[in-house]
Amino acid sequence: MTGALVLTLITVALAMLLLLGDRLFADRGDSAVERIERVLPRIQCGQCGYAGCRPYAQALVDGSAAVNLCPPGGMTTVRKLAELLGEEPQPIPQELGHASLDRVAKIDETLCIGCNLCSRACPVDAILGLPQLMHTIIAAECTGCELCLAPCPVDCIHMAARRA
Amino acid sequence: MNKLPMPEQLVIPMAQHAGPPAAPTVSTGDHVTCGQMIGRAADPGSVAVHASGSGIVTGIDQRLVPAGSGLIRSLCAIIATDPPERQPESPQCLDWPEDVSAQLEAIRDAGMTGLGGAAFPTATKLGSERRCEILILNGAECEPYISCDDMLMREHAASVLQGAAIMLELLQAERCIVAIERDKSMALEAITAAAQTQGDNRVIVVAVPTVYPAGGERQLVESLLGVEVPSGRYPIDIGVVCQNVGTAHALAELATAGRPLVTRIVTMTGHGLLEPQNVEAPIGAPISNLIAHCGGLTPDAAQLILGGNMMGYALPSDDFPVTKSTNCVIALGSSEAWMGGEEWPCIRCGECASACPARLLPQELLLAGRADRFEAMQTLGLEDCIECGCCDLVCPSHIPLTSRLRTMKTKLASYREHEAIAAAAQTRYAEHIAREDRAAAEERKRRTELTARLDGDDTSRRTAIEAAIARANTRRKRREDME
Repeated sequence: MTGALVLTLITVALAMLLLLGDRLFADRGDSAVERIERVLPRIQCGQCGYAGCRPYAQALVDGSAAVNLCPPGGMTTVRKLAELLGEEPQPIPQELGHASLDRVAKIDETLCIGCNLCSRACPVDAILGLPQLMHTIIAAECTGCELCLAPCPVDCIHMAARRA
Repeated sequence: MNKLPMPEQLVIPMAQHAGPPAAPTVSTGDHVTCGQMIGRAADPGSVAVHASGSGIVTGIDQRLVPAGSGLIRSLCAIIATDPPERQPESPQCLDWPEDVSAQLEAIRDAGMTGLGGAAFPTATKLGSERRCEILILNGAECEPYISCDDMLMREHAASVLQGAAIMLELLQAERCIVAIERDKSMALEAITAAAQTQGDNRVIVVAVPTVYPAGGERQLVESLLGVEVPSGRYPIDIGVVCQNVGTAHALAELATAGRPLVTRIVTMTGHGLLEPQNVEAPIGAPISNLIAHCGGLTPDAAQLILGGNMMGYALPSDDFPVTKSTNCVIALGSSEAWMGGEEWPCIRCGECASACPARLLPQELLLAGRADRFEAMQTLGLEDCIECGCCDLVCPSHIPLTSRLRTMKTKLASYREHEAIAAAAQTRYAEHIAREDRAAAEERKRRTELTARLDGDDTSRRTAIEAAIARANTRRKRREDME
């Protein structure tokens, strides 16, 4: 009788210890979405058709998006995504675009009319300027997403190599 | 020692040192005198560049020039030199100030870089704010073929020690160890004799074993002091500064004769060369001139190597200038040239790991590199690789490990840069979205409040508003009718 009681007590105590340990040292590993997002280049160009890299990562996890939609990531990213999600790597459709971290946007400051549209389109707030005044791009913050090109009414923005 | 006669043309690169290139201060058509500054130190991490001969600047052009571990494009001043009889005996004199900080400035303005090979700005090394206890003068030539430091110690022993004394003052260090490889008995004798004459008891001369790469900075610190320089840190972090003996000599020349760095000793060697020797050459002299000065190439010459046979690289031609970091040119004979055997798969024998002086695992690094596993490259200590080439030599499968690791280093650096931009972009994007959401929420709140105020109000105000809208509509109608 005493033996059984002692054993039960020990078992209960150990179980409590295990539970405690589980709470204390819980695996705070990242979620699947975060892991996928880290594989993406995170330049927020939206060329995949989603609002940003995280939404695309979410869609990938949900299984509603293909792995070959990220032009700036190139085939390296496609292969990594395919491996993570157990799919076959496919070539990236040309029409998606060709944003790349190796390039930055440049504003031709003599042509800029200060309309502020590019600044509003920039996903990473890398464009500086006041309405009616010249705008400029902080090259170090620019991710080369090309989102500022389309809204410019005077076409004064072009892409240039990150390193001259 | 043999001096190279002034060549007809000098090509002096602005990027001869680690750090940002110098900014040219002369333009095409200017006449420059030997020792005149032609490139200004662009910022504290840079050093000045001087004309190593008198003549006329015929152009400031982009050229392919030799640097640390390969050819780079750099702005070069091209000088058509004056005839030999109009060349001055010694270069234009610079001032050597009394004050320590002014001395550091003078060292930078005299174009002093480390002459061991890495061409690190000397002023930066000597002007570190960290406390230095021991100065190591590196006379342990790194590579088997190179003998320019040996020659220098034999011929200018007193000057080398004078340079060491200046460095000791600048660093406020207590001790100076002159490390010389054991097989260089004449250099050892010369330096020991000079040290006795000078009687400076801060200086000791130590013979180190002749084992490649004994002259590597980290390896030398470890073999002399028994302390390892931690990964990713510099010797100064453990209170040690290493300087090449050539740098000490150049510094003594600056302090006593006001000579800027305009020449250096180059070892010309290899079975492909008729008269191998050490030559004192002006910076910017074409390597072809040096080869001609050494009797030219033998019919057997197979390959031209810049730097030592372990760490150097093959030159596509001899049309390149001598720079401050050019310590050796080897014209390999066909018997010496090892064009690399056929590459076989890694058999995981571990020979590379036992040969590595930095105690890395080259085979593991190779695997990590193949799979682009950047985190693994980092943990395996890719950046601690000193590119000595030992692993290449011992690999039974003839895998060119060093060049693979070099490529991986570049890849890792660009991965790091991209990763930093991506991480910053991620946070900035999150903040951008949060701000837009906040603005939208505020707008929604304002609208609901307005509607609520409108709905809850008494009818008199509502009728007034409706009347105003009706008035505005009639007015618009009338205007439209008139048009």
